[in-house]
Amino acid sequence: MGERLAAALPANAWNWIAVWRRNHLAWKKVAFASMLGTLADPMIYLFGLGTGLGLLVGRIEGASYIAFLAAGMVATSAMTASTFETIYAVFGRMRDQGTWEAILHTQLTLGDIVLGELTWAATKAFLAGTTIAIVAAALGYAAWTSVLYVLPVIALTGFAFASLAMLVIALAPSYHYFIFYQTLVITPMLFLSGAVFPVGQLPGVFQQIAAFSPLANSIDLIRPVMLGRLGDNVGLHIGALCMFAVLPFFLSAGLFHRRLMR
Amino acid sequence: MSNVAIDLTGVTKLFGNKLVVDGLSFTVASGECFGLLGPNGAGKSTIARMLLGMTRPDAGDITVLGLPVPARSRLARKGIGVVPQFDNLDLEFTVRENLLVFGRYFGMSTREINAVIPRLLEFARLESKGDSRVGLLSGGMKRRLTLARALINDPQLLVMDEPTTGLDPHARHLIWERLRFLLASGKTIILTTHFMEEAERLCDRLCVLERGRKIAEGSPHALIDEYIGCNVIEIFGGNPQELISLIKPYVQRIEVSGETLFCYAPDPEDVRIQLRGRAGLRILERPPSLEDVFLRLTGREMEK
Repeated sequence: MGERLAAALPANAWNWIAVWRRNHLAWKKVAFASMLGTLADPMIYLFGLGTGLGLLVGRIEGASYIAFLAAGMVATSAMTASTFETIYAVFGRMRDQGTWEAILHTQLTLGDIVLGELTWAATKAFLAGTTIAIVAAALGYAAWTSVLYVLPVIALTGFAFASLAMLVIALAPSYHYFIFYQTLVITPMLFLSGAVFPVGQLPGVFQQIAAFSPLANSIDLIRPVMLGRLGDNVGLHIGALCMFAVLPFFLSAGLFHRRLMR
Repeated sequence: MSNVAIDLTGVTKLFGNKLVVDGLSFTVASGECFGLLGPNGAGKSTIARMLLGMTRPDAGDITVLGLPVPARSRLARKGIGVVPQFDNLDLEFTVRENLLVFGRYFGMSTREINAVIPRLLEFARLESKGDSRVGLLSGGMKRRLTLARALINDPQLLVMDEPTTGLDPHARHLIWERLRFLLASGKTIILTTHFMEEAERLCDRLCVLERGRKIAEGSPHALIDEYIGCNVIEIFGGNPQELISLIKPYVQRIEVSGETLFCYAPDPEDVRIQLRGRAGLRILERPPSLEDVFLRLTGREMEK
């Protein structure tokens, strides 16, 4: 039991960096296309909904609709960036490209690999979320100083969604299963978590469900800061995101061990 | 460090109810080339995975480089280089980048890695390919890069799972030559193969496996002497049944494989006399090989 645990957990605090650097090197070769792909979606939402719907909606929570939406898009872009990195790129390296197999032949453990992949996905999420925040600040929808405050939340959001997606790929037999995660978890979360309209608009039951979603916790941290207000329950939201980042990580490492080290 | 590189005692592995490795024991000395020879499904790859701690035995003990595996397999892997059955290089990276990335997995600094890269490229005969993308290399070059990659941590032990499967003869001979160079420089090699020629050329000792069980062990020459011990006559082109009845009194044993008869005869001249004057027969007399041993032991032809 002890040795199985040792194989599933990171061996030390720095082994994961080699995996992160591998992914960074691969990303550098396609950085422009990758950034464009990651940012196009939230930008279209931001300006499409923000300007179009914004005319009908008027002001929400004391801010223009586009400013309200910008905060939601910062969190959403972090969510999608780390989710998609994990369910497609990481799954490919784990199952089809033999990348993980090659790494497991070195002195790294499965836990080192999972942590490296997780940190890399969170890095991409951080890049995406931060870019949206900077665009929002540049256009005057948020104060520049507020961007600094939301940076750690963006990173934590990236970790939480990468970790959740890691759990999905540890269980999924093939790519075909990811569509369920996308359509049944990620897309509904977008609408249940206050990204595009306030959670208060939802029926009571949905509001309670929404409180448990990692995206809602992230938005509740980011939006008040970007709109220049003080947020409520900051510790609680941070705690929830940490839980989403940490628990699925350990669970997925255990599941990967069962899947790959038979 | 003791002079035993690998020790397996009573190792058994089950996948579900299927016995893949069955009470296997063998020892590999330092500096030796040890072969695991067997057809597909004999359990060769599973044994290789167990040596690396990537799958745990259901019974038995494994020691690699003096360390119990899988308990201390991470430490053992620091001293092991692996050539997997299927290349798992990073295709989007260049040759040099593949080595760089892999060296980092062993905790080497960029400077340390860059210092050994020229020697590895020279070893793999890839000096002019350092900046080529791996996806553009030939199969033989990829295999040589995989071999160079396995040497980045200067391992004492190399674990190779079918190192030349899928290569053309030229590429295969180049790999064999490189492996002999490594053996001459003192590395220990354990390799799995289903190529008789590969086992015969490279291995000091080998273990013949069938369905996870050891059916013979020894040096290629000792096995050939022990199980065959005489020249082999291959007869091709006649009706096998008719030929068998004709020459049976003059041979020790006859194997039929496809349309070819393999006769093990103490005195081949007696057999030739019997077949004289028969049209359409092709007769070849040759010294015995490991393949004959395998046929003898399993009664089946191996894949070529």
